[in-house]
Amino acid sequence: MKVTILQFPGTNCEYDTQHAFEELGATTEIVWHKSETIPADTKLLVVAGGFSYGDYLRSGAIAKFSPVMKAVAEYANNGGKVLGICNGFQVLTEAGLLPGALKRNDGLHFISKHHTLKVENNDNIFLEKLNKGDVVNIPIAHHDGNYFIDPDGLKELYANNQVLLTYSDEEGSVQNPNGSVDSIAGVCNKNKNVFGLMPHPERAMEAILGSDDGVKMLEGFLAS
Amino acid sequence: MTAIVNVSLKAGVLDSQGKAVHHALDSLHFSGVEDVRVGKQIVLKLTETDKEKAMVEVTKMCEEILANTVIEDYKIELI
Repeated sequence: MKVTILQFPGTNCEYDTQHAFEELGATTEIVWHKSETIPADTKLLVVAGGFSYGDYLRSGAIAKFSPVMKAVAEYANNGGKVLGICNGFQVLTEAGLLPGALKRNDGLHFISKHHTLKVENNDNIFLEKLNKGDVVNIPIAHHDGNYFIDPDGLKELYANNQVLLTYSDEEGSVQNPNGSVDSIAGVCNKNKNVFGLMPHPERAMEAILGSDDGVKMLEGFLAS
Repeated sequence: MTAIVNVSLKAGVLDSQGKAVHHALDSLHFSGVEDVRVGKQIVLKLTETDKEKAMVEVTKMCEEILANTVIEDYKIELI
């Protein structure tokens, strides 16, 4: 199974992501943003984390015009599976492939730490190996992770089970580190083939490094 | 012609930077401030000389890239 990972100027999680998926048995290819196509055998396309274009103007705002993004939109609109992690989530919202937007953390600080998350919905390939209500421990590292969506958009997210994960404490009660609407950490599109989250599952692959809760998340993509 | 574009968070969207600046002003005893909004200004030097055409073009730029209209409003001034 081929996982294609996008690389923009300023992306810095592409090798972690590659390592994580290869540990799970996938073959991977890193694709530079100037490419106008993505490999035909791509089964999952990952927009990796980092600081594409130095977060200039807004996080993800300039990356959305990279040549490769047309191919990404086409791939996603044809039902291809896309996962945006951290900056990748910001790029996908800017590109209009996911609803909402990410703004500056309420506390104004860059937050880098392990955080527990609650699984809100698992009727999707990303979280199907987990149960609703499960609490997972995944690192977060962002300055602009404050998820915003207007009340109508929020209603629609709930109606379609598009809220994937929320920031919580270890018991699963709300604990909001960055001011996100309803403590939302990750969402998917209506068709449930485009996924985005601020936390980094690719950094939670080995217990010795703090958590291996990311394995069950990324494995979901490989099983399908 | 020059276009001055002011981009700021929409009225209903919490502006945490504005809030922090408001707190700082309070602690410096500037008591007469009711609200603070922080935005950004983008100055574009244009080759276009027709105001109407320039406005159409800059509006397009704002909608496509300069502002994220999910969370931001923009104002364009041409001089």
